Amino acid sequence: MTGWTHHRGKAVALPVEGIDTDQLIPARFMSRPRAAGYGDFLLHDLRFDADGTPDPDFPLNRPEAAGASILVTRRNFGGGSSREAAVYALADFGFRAVIAPSFGDIFAANAVNNGLLPARVTPAAAETLLEILERAPARMEIDLEACSVAVAGGGEEHAFTLDDAMREKLVNGWDDIDLTRRHAPALDAWRRGLKTDRAWLWPGGGTG
Amino acid sequence: MTAAPRTLFDKLWDAHRVPIETAGRSDLLWVDRHFVHEGSHHAFAKLAERGLGVAEPDLTFGVADHYVPTRDRDAPIADPDIARMVETLEQNAATHGFQLFGLHDRRQGIVHVVGPEEGLTLPGLVVVCGDSHTSTHGAFGSLGFGIGATEVAHVLATQTVWQSRPATMRIRVEGRLGPGVGAKDVALAWIARLGADGARGHAVEYAGAAVRGLSMEGRMTLCNLSIEGGARMGLVAPDAVTLDYLKGRPFAPAGADWDRACAYWTGLAGDAAAEPDREVVLDGSEVAPIVTWGTSPEDALPITGTVPDPARAPDPTRARKIAAALDYMGLAPGRPLDGIPVDRIFIGSCTNARIEDLRRAAAVLEGRRAKVPGLVSAGSSLVKAQAEEEGLDAIFRAAGLEWVDSGCSMCVGMNGDRVAPGERCASTTNRNFRGRQGPGARTHLMSPVMAAAAAVTGTLTDARPLLAGREVA
Repeated sequence: MTGWTHHRGKAVALPVEGIDTDQLIPARFMSRPRAAGYGDFLLHDLRFDADGTPDPDFPLNRPEAAGASILVTRRNFGGGSSREAAVYALADFGFRAVIAPSFGDIFAANAVNNGLLPARVTPAAAETLLEILERAPARMEIDLEACSVAVAGGGEEHAFTLDDAMREKLVNGWDDIDLTRRHAPALDAWRRGLKTDRAWLWPGGGTG
Repeated sequence: MTAAPRTLFDKLWDAHRVPIETAGRSDLLWVDRHFVHEGSHHAFAKLAERGLGVAEPDLTFGVADHYVPTRDRDAPIADPDIARMVETLEQNAATHGFQLFGLHDRRQGIVHVVGPEEGLTLPGLVVVCGDSHTSTHGAFGSLGFGIGATEVAHVLATQTVWQSRPATMRIRVEGRLGPGVGAKDVALAWIARLGADGARGHAVEYAGAAVRGLSMEGRMTLCNLSIEGGARMGLVAPDAVTLDYLKGRPFAPAGADWDRACAYWTGLAGDAAAEPDREVVLDGSEVAPIVTWGTSPEDALPITGTVPDPARAPDPTRARKIAAALDYMGLAPGRPLDGIPVDRIFIGSCTNARIEDLRRAAAVLEGRRAKVPGLVSAGSSLVKAQAEEEGLDAIFRAAGLEWVDSGCSMCVGMNGDRVAPGERCASTTNRNFRGRQGPGARTHLMSPVMAAAAAVTGTLTDARPLLAGREVA
C-alpha cells in the first residue's frame, strides 16, 4: 500500500444517516475473492432494484457523479458488521476518502488498512458540504498533514479528526504485519513469560 | 507513591499490552483466543499471498457457522459457493493445524455460543474474531472485539493486534428486572437512549444489581449487543456465576490450573476508587419488553408505545430518517406497536439462541399454536441436543414452528435462510438493518419471549400476559 498526504478529486453527497456495512455491501456478495472486484456491489440494494436496474435518482448513479473519489455523508457511517468487504466495495468503486460526523470503529480501522480515509468532521461542517454537493458534485481537496478538507478553488476549510496512529499509517502506507514482525524478539520474550506465568492460557485438548 | 486505581478494563488492557516502544502509536495487544469462520477466507488468502503461516495454531479455533445449511446436513451442500466456503475453512484448518468445529462436529454452532460453551472463553483474555459480535465474550470479563480481514491476517501471522485504547463507559443497571423482561430489553433500552453510535470509541462495563442478577446467557446477550450501540466492546466483571458456568467445561483449565486461573481472575476486579470516563444509569425495574420499529437498533420502543411520527421529530434530519425507516418498514406513524401483524418469526442467532433463550420461548409456546410460520435455530448443536433432551423441540414443533440445525441462519441470510421481500419478521437477532435478513425484509428485533408471543398471536404483542402463571427459566 502506498502512502498519501494530499488528494484532490470529485466529491459526491450521500445525505443519509447511519449507512451500515450491510448497506455498503449486502452479505450475499461476500463469498467472492477480492480479485473479482467489489465496486459493483457497493450500496447494491440502494443503487439497484430487484431486477438489477439502477435507480437513476440515487446519488452515485447520476452521470455527474462518475469518477467520484470522495464521499460526504451523515453520522454513523459504517456501523454494524466488521466485514472489510464494505471497504473493498468503496475502494474498488474509486473512493479514497469518506467525510462524515462519525464512523463505526471497526469500519474506520478497516478503511485505514486499505488506504481509505475516514475523516470525522463536525455535524455542521458535514451539513455545509452536503448542501454544496447536493446542488452538484464538486472537486474537493484533502490535506492529510493539516487534517483539513475544502471544496477546491478557495472553499472554506474544515478540520477533520483522525486518530494519530491512523493518520501515520495512511501517510506512510505502513503495513502492520511488517511493522510487528520487527518486534519479533520482544514478542518471543512476552510469549515465554506467559508460558511461565500463565500456562493455563493455552487450552488443553478439550478433555476438561 | 500509590498506583492509580484501575478499572477492570484498565487491568485487562495493561495485562495484554506487549511492552515495546510504540512512539505514540496504538498499543500492540497479545491475543489469547482467535476464532475464525468461513467468512475469514479473505484473511487466509492474504496470509497465503505472503507465504506466512499461523503463529499460534493452539490459540486459533475455527467454527463453521456463517454459511452452513440448517437442513439436510447429511446431503452434499447444494449451493457450490457455500460448499466452497465450508471446504475452504476445512482446508485452512488442516493446512495450519488448528482445531475446527466443522459442519459435522457435534459441537458445531455459532462461534459466540461455541467458544463459551467449550470453556475456550474465560475471564482475563483478549478474544478476537472477524465478526463484530465478538463483544459477546466480554460477558466473562474478557476484552472481546470484532476485527476486519486485514487484522485477522495480522493476528494469524503474529498472534497480536494493534488497537488504540478506547475510553471507558460504565452502564449501571440498578433494581430488578420485571417478569418477562430480560437482557435483550436492557440492551435495546440503552441503545435507544444513547443511539446506535452512542458508545462509539468506548469499552462498556456493565454493572449494577440487575446485571449481577443475570445468568451467563443473559450477560452474553447484553455484551453481544454492545456493538449495536457503537461500543468497541462490552464486559461484565467475573464473579461466582461466571466460575460456576465455566468449571468443568471441556477446554477450561482443570485441577491445579483451575485454582491458579481463579486466583488470577479474582485480582481483575476494578479497584473501588476507579472511575470510568462516562457513566450511564438505568433503572432496571422500569425497563419494559422492547421491540424495534425502524431500520437501526436505536429505533426501539416499549411494546406499549406507538410508531413514531416524523412530524414530531426534533429536527428535519431526524424526521427524514424516521420517514425513510417507516417507508421501508411499511408502517404508519402513530399506530400502536402492539397488534402490528407479522408474517413470520425467527428464534436464533448469537444474540438469543442459548438454552435459556429457548426455554423462555418454549414457556410462551407450550400448549399453543403459532399463527405464522417460523424457524427455531439453536445457538449450537449442543444447545440443540440439550433442548431436545428437555423436550423443547417438541413444544416448538407442536406449535407449528420449524426446528432446524445450528448456524447464523436467518440473522444474516448468508446460507439462504432469508425473509422474503416485504415480509415482516419478529426476530431475536441483533440487526434490523435494511435487507439484513434478505433483500426487502422487514425485521423487528425483540427478546425470545416476545418473538414467541408474536408467533402465538401473529402480531407484535406484549409477552407478559401470555407468561402469566407459567414457569420461566
